[in-house]
Amino acid sequence: MNRLMVWLPLGVFAILVGFFFKGLTLDPTEQPSALIGQPVPAFELTDLNTGQLLSRDMLPKEPFLLNVWASWCITCQVEHPYLTKLSEQMPVVGLNYKDTETAAKNWLQKLGDPYALQIFDPTGRLGLDLGVAGAPETFLVDANGVIQLRIQGEVNDRVFAQKNPADA
Amino acid sequence: MIPEIGHFALVLAFGVSICLAVFPLYGYLTNQNGFCATAKPLALLQGLALAVSFGVLMYGFLAHDFSVKYVADNSNLDLPWYFRMSAVWGAHEGSLLLWALILAFWGVAVALFSRGIPDHMSALVLSVMGMISVGFLAFMLFTSNPFVRILPFAPGNGADLNPLLQDPGLIFHPPMLYMGYVGLSVAFAFAMASLISGKLDSTWARWSRPWTTVAWAFLTLGIALGSWWAYYELGWGGWWFWDPVENASLIPWLVATALMHSLAVTEKRGLFRSWTLLLAIAAFSLSLLGTFLVRSGVLTSVHAFANDPERGVFILGFLIVVIGGSLTLYAIRASKVSEPGEFGWISRESFLLFNNLMLTVMAVSVLLGTLYPLLVDAVGGGKVSVGPPFFNAVFVPLTAILVSGMAFGPLAKWRQSDDPKLYRPLIVTLIVSVLVGLVWPSVLDGNYSIGTALGVTLALWLAIATGVDFVKKVGLYGGLGATFARVERGMIGMWLAHFGLAVMIFGVVMVENHTEHRDLRMGVGDTQQLGNYDVRMTDLAVINGPNYVADQATFEIYQGETLYKTVTPQKRRYNASGMVMTEAAIDSGFTRDLYIAMGEPLGEGDWAVRLSVKPFVDWIWAGAFLMGLGGLVSITDKRYRRRIKEEKAEAAVEGATA
Amino acid sequence: MMRKLLGACVLGLSLSVQAAIETYQFDSPEQEARFRQLGYELRCPKCQNQAIGDSDAEISGDLRAEVYRMLKEGATDAEIKDFMVARYGRYVLYNPPLDQQTLVLWFGPAGLLVLGGILVVLRIRQSKKALEEGESQA
Repeated sequence: MNRLMVWLPLGVFAILVGFFFKGLTLDPTEQPSALIGQPVPAFELTDLNTGQLLSRDMLPKEPFLLNVWASWCITCQVEHPYLTKLSEQMPVVGLNYKDTETAAKNWLQKLGDPYALQIFDPTGRLGLDLGVAGAPETFLVDANGVIQLRIQGEVNDRVFAQKNPADA
Repeated sequence: MIPEIGHFALVLAFGVSICLAVFPLYGYLTNQNGFCATAKPLALLQGLALAVSFGVLMYGFLAHDFSVKYVADNSNLDLPWYFRMSAVWGAHEGSLLLWALILAFWGVAVALFSRGIPDHMSALVLSVMGMISVGFLAFMLFTSNPFVRILPFAPGNGADLNPLLQDPGLIFHPPMLYMGYVGLSVAFAFAMASLISGKLDSTWARWSRPWTTVAWAFLTLGIALGSWWAYYELGWGGWWFWDPVENASLIPWLVATALMHSLAVTEKRGLFRSWTLLLAIAAFSLSLLGTFLVRSGVLTSVHAFANDPERGVFILGFLIVVIGGSLTLYAIRASKVSEPGEFGWISRESFLLFNNLMLTVMAVSVLLGTLYPLLVDAVGGGKVSVGPPFFNAVFVPLTAILVSGMAFGPLAKWRQSDDPKLYRPLIVTLIVSVLVGLVWPSVLDGNYSIGTALGVTLALWLAIATGVDFVKKVGLYGGLGATFARVERGMIGMWLAHFGLAVMIFGVVMVENHTEHRDLRMGVGDTQQLGNYDVRMTDLAVINGPNYVADQATFEIYQGETLYKTVTPQKRRYNASGMVMTEAAIDSGFTRDLYIAMGEPLGEGDWAVRLSVKPFVDWIWAGAFLMGLGGLVSITDKRYRRRIKEEKAEAAVEGATA
Repeated sequence: MMRKLLGACVLGLSLSVQAAIETYQFDSPEQEARFRQLGYELRCPKCQNQAIGDSDAEISGDLRAEVYRMLKEGATDAEIKDFMVARYGRYVLYNPPLDQQTLVLWFGPAGLLVLGGILVVLRIRQSKKALEEGESQA
C-alpha cells in the first residue's frame, strides 16, 4: 500500500494543475446574470423624455437590447456610438440608472438619443431587480420579454461577437 | 544608464544561478569535487549580483527616476522617502525582485553557515536553490522586468504608490513574509538533496531543523504584521478576511508548523522520515502555489498583485517543474524509507502524529475553500463564493481539536507514555480552565456568550498546560536559573510559542464575540458614549498632508470628568490618485482598543462616525509575536552555537596554517 | 488595457477598501446584529472579494440599504438572502449553501479528518506491534 501512496501527492498535484490551466482561461470576476431565462422584472417608472408611465408590457415585442447607462459613466460614452449603430438593427431601450434628469437629458442631447424608450430609474430600483452592479450593462431580451444574455461593461464588436454569435 | 546596471546585474545573477543549478549537481553526479566546490562561491556571487540589482532599483525610487516604468507606476514626487523605499516591493515586478533577492540571501546564509554539513550535501542544497532562482529570474527577465524604461520621454511625475500601501506596514510585512516563504526553500532543498543523494537517514532532518524554524518564525511574524496592518489601515477593524492571498500565506504556515514538529521526531527518533520529506516538499510547494494564485488572476482578491493569465502560464510551468519534479523524485525514492519505529498508542510520537494530522487537515481545508470557486467554475458549475462563514465553520473546530491535544504532547515521553501519573496535573488544568471559562463571560457586559466560554476554556487549557510543563521542568532542573541555563532552547521556544498561541486564541475569542460598535451621526459639540468613556467631537478641520488632503475630526475621550485622550481620525483624499482612505484613530490598551473612524459627511457639518471598543484585540498579535519569538529562541540552541563556534575555530586554524 | 481600466473604474470596482459606516436606526439590538451578520455574509457583486458590510462601493451601499429596508419590513434572513440570490446569483453568498455542487466542500474537511485519522491509527498500530515484538525479544 505504501508503494501506491507515495504517488498520491503527485497525482493530486497533476489534477490541480489541470484545474489551474483551465482556470487561466476563465475570468473569476465575470458573473452570468441570475435572470437569464427569466422575464424582465415588473416595474412602474416614467420615461425620461416623454414623462409617460412605462411598464413591462410596453417594452418592444421583438428582440431588443436593454442598456443600463448613466451620465456619470465614462464607459457609457465610449460604447454609445456602437449602440447607436446597433439601434439600426434592433430596438435599444435605455435604462437611465441612478442619474438626475437634467444630467441625463444633457448627455443625450450632446451624444444623441438612439433609444426607443428611456426608462428613468433614479433610485436604481429596477437596476437592483435586474441584478445590475454598475454601469454600463446591457441585456439581450427576446421577443417574449425573456432575458437571454447580459453583458457587463462596454458593448462593442468583439464583445458582441463573443457573446452573441446566434443573435447578431 | 544606471537602471541598465541593475538590469545587467539581474542578467548576471541569472547566468550565475544557471551555473549554480548545474555545476554542483554535475559535480555530485560525476563525483568531481571541483565542481561541487563551486557551489558556495556561486551562491555568494549570486547574492552580490542581486543586491546590486535591488539597490539600483531602490536608487531609482529614491532619485525619482521616472524613466523606469516601474518607478513611474509606483512612485510620485510627493511620496515621502521611506515609502519610496518600500514602494520597491509595492507591486508585481519589484516584489519578485525582492523574492529573488531574499532567495539569494538564504543561499548566502546556507553557504556561510553550513560547515557542519558535508560539502557534497551543501553543494546539492545550493544547487537546488539555484534551480529555484533560475525560475524566478527567468520569470522576471522574460515577463516581468522591473527595469523596463520609458524612453525617450520619461514622465515628469509618477502615478503614486497606492495609498493603501503608504504605510509602515509595507516596509515590514512583505520582507518578513518573503523571508518566511523563501526560507522554506531551504528545507525543501535539504529534502531534495537527501532524495537526490539517496541519503535518507535522519541527518538531513538535523541539518534542516534550524533553517526551517527560522523560516517559520519569519512567516509567523510576517502574517501577524499583515493582519495588524489590515486592522489599523482598513477602517473597520477587521483583522482576517480569509481572502485568497491571506490564505496563500496561512496554508504554508500550517504545513511548516507540521514540518517543524515532524522534523523533531525525525531528528530525535529517526521516524516519519518519508512523511517529513513530503512535508518539506509540500511547505515550499505551497509557498510557490501561493505565488501562482496571487499573480495569475485565477482567484479574485483585494490583494492580488497581478491578474495576468500569460504570466500565470509561466508560473504554472515553473510549478510543474519544481513541484512535479520533486514529487516524482519523492515517489521514486521515498518508498524505500520505511521504518515503523517502536512506540505505543500513548507516546510523544503518537501525539506528534496527531498534531501533524490536524495541521495537515487544516491546511488542506483552507486550500479547498480557497480553490473551490475555481474548481466549480472549471467544471462548468458556474460561480460560487466561499468566504469567512465557511472558513470559520471549519477552521475553528479543527483548531479546538488541535489545541486540546497540545496539552498532552509536551508531558508525554517518547516511545511509551501511558503512565497516568504523567498527566495527572491536566485534571486540575481541566477543572480550572472549565470553571474560569464558564464564569468569565458572565462578568462581561451583554449577553452570556457560550462561544466565549468555550474559547476561554480552550485558551486557558493550553496556557496552564504549558505552564504545568514549565513548572515540571523547573522542578527537574532545580530552580529557574538552572532551568534556563541548561534546558534545550527548543524547549523554551516551545513554551513561548504554545503560550503565545493561547494568548492569541484568547484575543480572537474576545474580539470576535464582544466587540461593540456603534455607527452614529456626530457633529462638533456632540458627545456619545463608548464603553466606559464619553467621546466628544470638538473640532473639524481640513489638513494638508505631504501628498493628500484630509478632513480631520478631533475627538476628546473622557473617563468620567477627566480627559483621557485626544485623537484625530482622518478621511484622506490622495492627490495623485484621487483615492479616499480612512485613517482610524486607535487607542491601544492592554485590555482593549478604542477605535474611532470617520465614515461619510452627512451634511450640516455632521459626519457618520464609527465608535468601537475591541476587547483584547492586541493579544492576537502579541500572541503571534510570542510564537515568532519562540521560534527565534529555539535556534539559539547550544548545538548550533557550538557548531558555529567550532566552525569559527576551524577557520581560524585554517587561516593560521594557510 | 485602457478600456479595461475605464470599465473597471466605472463598474464601481472598489479601489477603496474602507469602512461602510452609515447611521441606520434599528428597532432592536437583535435586528442590528442581523444587519451586521448579513453584511458579513453577502458578497459585494462588483468588488474584489469583499462583503457588502466591508465595502465602500456604491452597489454595496445600495444592497445594504435594501437589506435594511427588508429587515424593517420584517423579512427573515432566509428571505433576504433569497432576494439577493434571485437577482445576483448564488455568487453573492459567502456562506455557500449545501447542495450537490458543494458537497465536497462541506464534507471534505471532515472526511479528510476521518481518513487521516484512520491512517494515523493504522500507523500507530504498526509501531505498537513493533514495540511489543521488541519487548518480547528483549
